[in-house]
Amino acid sequence: MNYKEEIIISEKKLRKRTLISFSIFIVLLVAALLAWNRLHQQPKIAGTPGTLRKGLNFNGTFFSNFLSDDHLAKTYPLSAAVPHVRVNGDAGMENDFDTATWKLQVVRNPGDTLFLTMDDIKSLPKTDIIFDFKCIEGWSQVTHWAGAKFSDFMTKYNLNAQTQMNYVGLLTPNKKYYVGIDMRSIMHPQTLLCYEMNGKPLPMNQGYPLRLIIPVKYGIKHLKRIGTIYFSNEKPPDYWYERGYDYFSGL
Amino acid sequence: MKKVIKKHPLAIRWFHWINFPVLAIMIWSGLLIYWASDVYRLGWGDKTVLKFFPTSFYKALHIPFRLAEGMSIHFVFMWFFALNGFVYVLYLIFSGEWRLIVPNRKSLKESFLVVLHDLHIRKSVPPQKKYNAAQRIAYTGVIIMGVGSVLTGLSIYKPIQFQTLCNILGGYEWARAEHFILTILFTLFFVVHIVQVILAGWNNFRGMVTGLDVLTDNKEMIAAPIGVSSAAFRSQPIVENKEPFERQKKSEENHEDVEILNEEKPLPPAITAVNYSEKSDVISNDEIIPVPPKENTESQDK
Repeated sequence: MNYKEEIIISEKKLRKRTLISFSIFIVLLVAALLAWNRLHQQPKIAGTPGTLRKGLNFNGTFFSNFLSDDHLAKTYPLSAAVPHVRVNGDAGMENDFDTATWKLQVVRNPGDTLFLTMDDIKSLPKTDIIFDFKCIEGWSQVTHWAGAKFSDFMTKYNLNAQTQMNYVGLLTPNKKYYVGIDMRSIMHPQTLLCYEMNGKPLPMNQGYPLRLIIPVKYGIKHLKRIGTIYFSNEKPPDYWYERGYDYFSGL
Repeated sequence: MKKVIKKHPLAIRWFHWINFPVLAIMIWSGLLIYWASDVYRLGWGDKTVLKFFPTSFYKALHIPFRLAEGMSIHFVFMWFFALNGFVYVLYLIFSGEWRLIVPNRKSLKESFLVVLHDLHIRKSVPPQKKYNAAQRIAYTGVIIMGVGSVLTGLSIYKPIQFQTLCNILGGYEWARAEHFILTILFTLFFVVHIVQVILAGWNNFRGMVTGLDVLTDNKEMIAAPIGVSSAAFRSQPIVENKEPFERQKKSEENHEDVEILNEEKPLPPAITAVNYSEKSDVISNDEIIPVPPKENTESQDK
């Protein structure tokens, strides 16, 4: 510890040392300010300055290492679920939707699409989940959902080869809202193809007839009104990613 | 000639000046994030004393609708904040510097005396080493707050992957509130810190850049400790042996470039008399320095 050290120093020497120290200090300060400015002027990647975007992508890779099927979102008793579920966001939920002709399109491979009805989905084992739905804005709400496990759906329709791919993409029927999700997160045991909320069919504004519930992600990934599901090794386009948000957005 | 103490090791100065902008960026970007769901207030029932934050505050700082920007900054700079803080704590531990910062048994009582002094209620303060009791508590507290910010931050960032931690902190909502409260405390610390630095004056500020604490002149052996109650510290008269300065003067006359003495050769006892050693709480060394008549600090108070 240097604190005991005492020095006798000429005034000239002290001035010199002060000058040198402060020069370095000011140079670093200016450099930091310039760097901060430059950071904001950088070309953007998906709505975010390049360096920050790389940082976010690094975080996604880093924290996806912690993902595990054993790390489950905390679940709650039925009584904890709120009766009035917040509706946040209506992109892809326009009035151009015909429920009568809806079919879930599963693009197994380019040019090889499977069409499924609600009855097909409902034939899978039904799972209820009451968990704390977390919005990227910061609020959260304990809500009650039910549907088929995404992993069961993959097994039932022989999509084992597809589970080896990196990502799953989902689109609304009008393709105006779309998300991309890493395979490990969507195969998580709590991820549901959801068709019920509070024990009743989904309301229109909650994504009737079928939506995604993926507790290990922020709400932006819980796409409402699923039209198409597809598989990809590249990151599928993602609505909020393009608007500057983190692609991974995992919890 | 000037007598100086190597007060702040280079490492500490780096940690400090890296932390300053990084913490500022974390608070700023945190504010951009918080705006998107600004639920906290001071008050009870329907009565709100202070809303965090008033619309005018947001408007003045151009905060609204910058959530994505805030998150991208927050989650990149968090690494610098956490790593700098982590290495700093390691440094404190392995350098032994922690002994100068962590409060001891007397700190709580003494810190009241320091505060009374800073409020000009008391004239004298208890003797101290590098930091006074109030500083020890404040600086140790701020380190704990930093650890708290990282832990509460991690539990709201990845509440499922770090669920045990999140539960220990009281769950997601509580962890978010704690993270927010810690941020408010950081800004309060910052305000007090800046005021104290201004009051402590140039020598003290220079010390955080150059590392050197200049003992104002021959009459006063002890220069301002950083921040709290530096003036008080100077007001404690400590008589010293003039001998080393005479020796120095002599060497100056002989045109010797006298510099860092104690690195080349051992100093005569009088020079090492200002001793901030960990063992003795009192700054003087009775054998060498004629200690002024012990003041009865209590009776001096008005």
